[in-house]
Amino acid sequence: MAVEPRVAPAPAGQTGPRIVDVRLEGVTKRFDDVVAVDDLSLEIEQGSFFALLGPSGCGKTTTLRMIGGFEEPTSGTIFLGDRDVVGLPPYRRDVNTVFQSYALFPHLSIFENVAFGLRRQGAERKGLRGRVLEMLHLVELEGMERRKPRQLSGGQQQRVALARALVCSPRVLLLDEPLGALDLKLRKQMQLFLKRIQHDIGITFIHVTHDQEEAMTMADRIAVMNKGRIDQLGSPDELYERPETPFVAGFLGVSNLLPGTVAGADVVRLDDGTQVHVAAEALQGRTGRVAVGIRPEKIRIDGGDANTLPGTVSESAYVGVATQYIVETGSGRLTVYVQNVRPGAEGAAPGDRLTLSWSPDATFVVDSTEGSA
Amino acid sequence: MGFLHRHRGLTPYLLLAPGVVWLGLFFLVPLGFLAYQSLESGSIDFGYAFSWSWGNYWNAIRNYRGHFERSLEYAGIATVLALVVSYPVAYWIAFRGGRWKNLLLLFIVAPFFVTYLIRTLAWQTILADHGLVVRTLHHLHVLGSTGRLLNTATAVVAGITYNFLPFMALPLYVSLEQIDGRLIEAAEDLYASRWKAFLRVTLPLSLPGVVAGTLLTFIPAAGDFINAQLLGSPTNHMIGNVIQSKFLELTDYPAAASMSFVLMAAIIVAVLAYARAVGTEQLTG
Repeated sequence: MAVEPRVAPAPAGQTGPRIVDVRLEGVTKRFDDVVAVDDLSLEIEQGSFFALLGPSGCGKTTTLRMIGGFEEPTSGTIFLGDRDVVGLPPYRRDVNTVFQSYALFPHLSIFENVAFGLRRQGAERKGLRGRVLEMLHLVELEGMERRKPRQLSGGQQQRVALARALVCSPRVLLLDEPLGALDLKLRKQMQLFLKRIQHDIGITFIHVTHDQEEAMTMADRIAVMNKGRIDQLGSPDELYERPETPFVAGFLGVSNLLPGTVAGADVVRLDDGTQVHVAAEALQGRTGRVAVGIRPEKIRIDGGDANTLPGTVSESAYVGVATQYIVETGSGRLTVYVQNVRPGAEGAAPGDRLTLSWSPDATFVVDSTEGSA
Repeated sequence: MGFLHRHRGLTPYLLLAPGVVWLGLFFLVPLGFLAYQSLESGSIDFGYAFSWSWGNYWNAIRNYRGHFERSLEYAGIATVLALVVSYPVAYWIAFRGGRWKNLLLLFIVAPFFVTYLIRTLAWQTILADHGLVVRTLHHLHVLGSTGRLLNTATAVVAGITYNFLPFMALPLYVSLEQIDGRLIEAAEDLYASRWKAFLRVTLPLSLPGVVAGTLLTFIPAAGDFINAQLLGSPTNHMIGNVIQSKFLELTDYPAAASMSFVLMAAIIVAVLAYARAVGTEQLTG
């Protein structure tokens, strides 16, 4: 059973009334027999950097395409601001898209690519040139305006696509896996670049990605999608520290999930009898079978925290900043990261017996994974 | 094998050789012979002799100017008609054909399974004085009660259009089919209506197909004589008819050869003018 997504509270520090730029109400999209998006409701606040995160086939791109007007929902309503846009073609919607493949017009110069939307909007000629050049300056492509798209590198084409969409000052910018085709180094640069631009111009960005690290780096709020639904919606740290479903726990970072049974208001008993203390709110009223989750870096091998579990090291791998251990316990196999704070390796070796410990605050609880695995 | 290994640079030339030899033997040599013939004088009975008779060219232009002009005019009109008819069809197949694409393309090529002559003869029946088309047009008063289609310029142009349609439709289809649908989505995303997206994105990107199709249609159509012969009256005859009769019936080889060269020159001039107008970039893709 998936936990119903909660409507996001306003980010701290924001003043004034909350303005919603995009609102989806009960949106469903069916392709023949396949339900791509299943009764999805969502609000995206003005000025936020919002990520739709999920594996391929989870419905994130379809959701984006419905907001852009390239697909119509089978049922449900989509609002841009307070205007119902269902049935409106893309050119009547105040949104622009950065496509996965960039979709730059190969027959037009970079200048004309960027000017395309402005010309269709009937922008006056005098101002147009200045706005295009200003936008090319913003994406650091001055002097490229006479070139054709094929004469540019992938990263440059990416920035042209961004400039072309942003120059029209849309209410919302849609980004469909825009960094997917770039190599790792360029992708990291572009992540920070996009984040900075979004911060500077303050337009709402909706970013579709399957890369959890990318979503965490860039977005203020993330909706984790799974099988056409939102599993959980929240800020990156909420999703990481307090995942509410096994899917979210597994999709964002590495999680250790230990099966157990609720045995009190703040206690879960693991199958080997170990009592694990958790924060009472983490249980959220669950009873019966659950899974207890701990992030690998929150586990200590030198004792000292309230929850303990004895085990034997089966593997260890030194990865520079940390050492990764695989520890076999009576409740299953756990992954543990120990930061190498001091020089000289003094960690455990395979075969060593040790006691793992972690804080109740660092413990989260999700529905049992039994039966779904 | 050892030889090729030692002289790797030769491989492309060896691969080119059959084509070059073929072209040389069956195109350049006959063309040279034709040029030689076009400057001969004499008669079939006493034999022709080479004599730098540039007068043959002068006579060809002076006596058959109307035929040359008619050839270019009919070919031009037929090319435009073929473009207008094929473009929507090719567009529809490329973007809406789905899994029927190949079958629909087969339908376009289907007339080629019947020989050229038979296809054109079929149009004689279609356009015949008491045929369905003429009767219907009489009925609708589009055509006067004595009006006819067969043996008119309309029939000749219609025949050429029909016969060369696949040469137009196939390159158009290829260029339209290659267009990435996301470009059209991007145009609509950037506030272009469907029509504007077509004008600004689809049409310019299909221009290489338009250019290829018009050349493949216009060039052979300008030299055609079958359609004029079977569907037109002598007043509709094209230069192809004259060349054909000079060569085969009157055996006036120098006149026929010089006319062939004048036609070739006229076509080259027309194509160059066209290329200048649409931009040479479209010719090379």
